[in-house]
Order: sequence, then structure tokens, then C-alpha cells
Amino acid sequence: MHNIESNNTLENKPCSDKGEGPAASEEEVIAARTKEILARFPHKRSSLIPILQAIQERLGYIDGISMEAVASHLGLALVEVYGVATFYNQFRFHPPGRHQIKVCLGTACHVRGGGIILENFERKLDIKSGETTSDREFSLDSVACVGCCALAPVAVIDEEIKGHMMPSKVEGIILGFELEKEKQAREKHDPGENGDQG
Amino acid sequence: MALVKITVDETLIQAEEGKNLLQVCLENQIYIPNLCYLEGMGEPPASCRLCLVEIDGVDGPVTACTTKVGQGMVVRTDSDLVRELQRSALRLLLSSHRVDCAHCEANKKCALQDIARFLGVGLKPKGLDQILKEPDCDDSHPHLSYYPNRCVLCGRCIYVCKREHPLAMLSFAKRGFDTVVSLYGASLTKDLPCVTCSLCVDICPVGALLRKS
Repeated sequence: MHNIESNNTLENKPCSDKGEGPAASEEEVIAARTKEILARFPHKRSSLIPILQAIQERLGYIDGISMEAVASHLGLALVEVYGVATFYNQFRFHPPGRHQIKVCLGTACHVRGGGIILENFERKLDIKSGETTSDREFSLDSVACVGCCALAPVAVIDEEIKGHMMPSKVEGIILGFELEKEKQAREKHDPGENGDQG
Repeated sequence: MALVKITVDETLIQAEEGKNLLQVCLENQIYIPNLCYLEGMGEPPASCRLCLVEIDGVDGPVTACTTKVGQGMVVRTDSDLVRELQRSALRLLLSSHRVDCAHCEANKKCALQDIARFLGVGLKPKGLDQILKEPDCDDSHPHLSYYPNRCVLCGRCIYVCKREHPLAMLSFAKRGFDTVVSLYGASLTKDLPCVTCSLCVDICPVGALLRKS
């Protein structure tokens, strides 16, 4: 439902505040990798979907920069590449977060309130399903069925199944990750302190 | 091309064999509601599901825009069955349409209003949920504004844009209830044809695409 919003985010170049080193900015990396992938495909319209799949496999998502390169490689309108890519559920338009949250909306989970769980994650992380938080810590998606309907409603956090989800558990999961991150940051900044205690 | 005789609502009409039935009817002052058809389309999309007619010997109502006329064809454009299907199709369109005519630029020159009047359908149909899209307006294009909750997704704008420009500026994006006409990438495009071209705005039947003032 938030198509146009994501439209705009897509046109913003992705933030490269992650400190990937002075060698290349994130934009340059995306452009270079997209170029490598495009070199393997003929300049034919029928290559469009295989190219998009290859880009997503390599980069984890499809960036606006990649779509521009694809459009010029195939001689297609940029908006047409965007139209095809957004038609298919398999394509993401936001980089995957460090922690990937998938909320099941299959039949059993739907009946048991999976939608409410998704809403809770959306509100807590302040992103919509399909998006990534600006610090790239969390990405949120809905999935159809993960095959353990007896545990409905289910969320999958970094490949780990969390059954019988409740709004309070949503808080707990995110708080857990935040505490862990703080702990790691402390250890990084002051490794001596840890040694003293140990 | 050979001329053939067909009967539409008990009127005898002469038409070129193989010509588009909807076009033939419209040219002979027999109105069939339609939104997505434009004269000259090679393969009409038949997506609005409004131009339904019944043809003797053909199973069930068919879309007139995808039917070619043939000798002796007997067509009914106003049977109860056809009208009921047209009303349903229109109600479904209106269920995802923000009915706010007073604030709409297309007010009084709007195809939806005309067709609703013709079919006797209220603009706010009862019994169907309203499904609206967010946000209400796409302002990402430097020269155009797009209102997804006015759009009937007829695709006329995309058709004329593709016809006029080698690289179209418009396309459908997303799918299902989320489908929109996308203006993606306009701000990244050099030599934007939209600076001088307003075909999509002129062809829109409902005022979903407007030129920014």
C-alpha cells in the first residue's frame, strides 16, 4: 500500500554511513556489481527478469541505481523496469537488515492474529513491511507460510522460529537485540574493562 | 475491405468486415460504456470490463472492444444481463475511488460520472468496502501529479505515452489492489518529454493525472 513512498525512497541514493572503507562508496559498489552482472546477459528484453533475479541474489535487493543500469542495458524505459520489478513479490527494494524479521501471514497465522503481530513490528521499528530501518539493523517482511502452523502466530527472526507470538514478545525480541548491540559496543570501546572483570 | 451487415439492438448497420465492434457501435451512435478503449488500438486491453455485449450464438457476454464484426452478427448492447454486469463492474471501480467530485478537477467532465448516470448507479455504492491507496497523491514527477484514488487503471495514459515516446514515462507498477500507474524515475531522466507533452493528462478519463501548475 505504501508504493509511492517506497518510490521516493528508491530515488534517494542509499545512505553509505556504514563505513565500508574509503575504497568505494556503496553507490559505486552497487554500480560495479550491477555492471558485472549485466555483462553476462544479452541486450534482450527477455533477459529482464533473469537480470533482476541475478542482481537480487548478488546484492540482496534491487537498488534504483541497478534499475537504471538495467534499463539502459536493455534499451527499456526505467519506469518499465520498475513496473516489472514491483509486480513480483520476490524482489526487494530495500537492503536486508542485519536482523531479518519475517512475520507469517499464512492462513493459520492470519486467523491467530499474524496481522496484529506485523503491525506491532511495523510500529515498534517505524517501518512498513518490506522496508529496512535507517540504521540497517532490522528489515521486516511478511511471508506466506513457514510450515509450523501449530505454533501460530509465527515470526521468523534470523532463521529462528518464534512461535505463539504476542505483542509483548515483539517488544522483547527488539529489546533483546538492542541490549546485545549495546553490550557489543561497550566491549568494542573498552575491551580492558571486560578483561578486568573476568 | 468487404462490407457486412450486422444487427445491433434491432438496428441494421453496415460495417467493414473485421472492424472492432465497439468502434462500429460508437460510430453509429449506439453508446456502449467503455473506459480503456481508444481508437486505433491494435489489441485493446479489455481491462475495464464495461463494454460487454451479448451476441447471438456466442456463449455469455463478451467485450465489444475485442470482438470483430462478421456478416449477419446479431448484437444486444442493452440486455438485463449486460447491464447488471456493467453495473457490478462500475461499482467495483467506484469502491476503490475517492468520490470527492466537488474537489476534483474532472468534475462534470468525468467518464465515471457519465457512466454512472447512464447505468443508474450511485457514486457511493452500498455493500462494498472502500479500499483506498496511500498516499493520496504522487508528486514525485516534476511536471505531473498522479492521484491513485481517482485512477481507474484503464491504462490509456500508458498506451499514449508508449505510442508517442520511444521510452515511456509511465507504466503500471505493483499488482492487485496495490496497482498504480507509476511515474518512477522522471526526476532522473534527462530531456523529459513531459515538459511539452500532455497526452496522458488529456486522455485521462477521470482527472487522475494532472499537470502541475
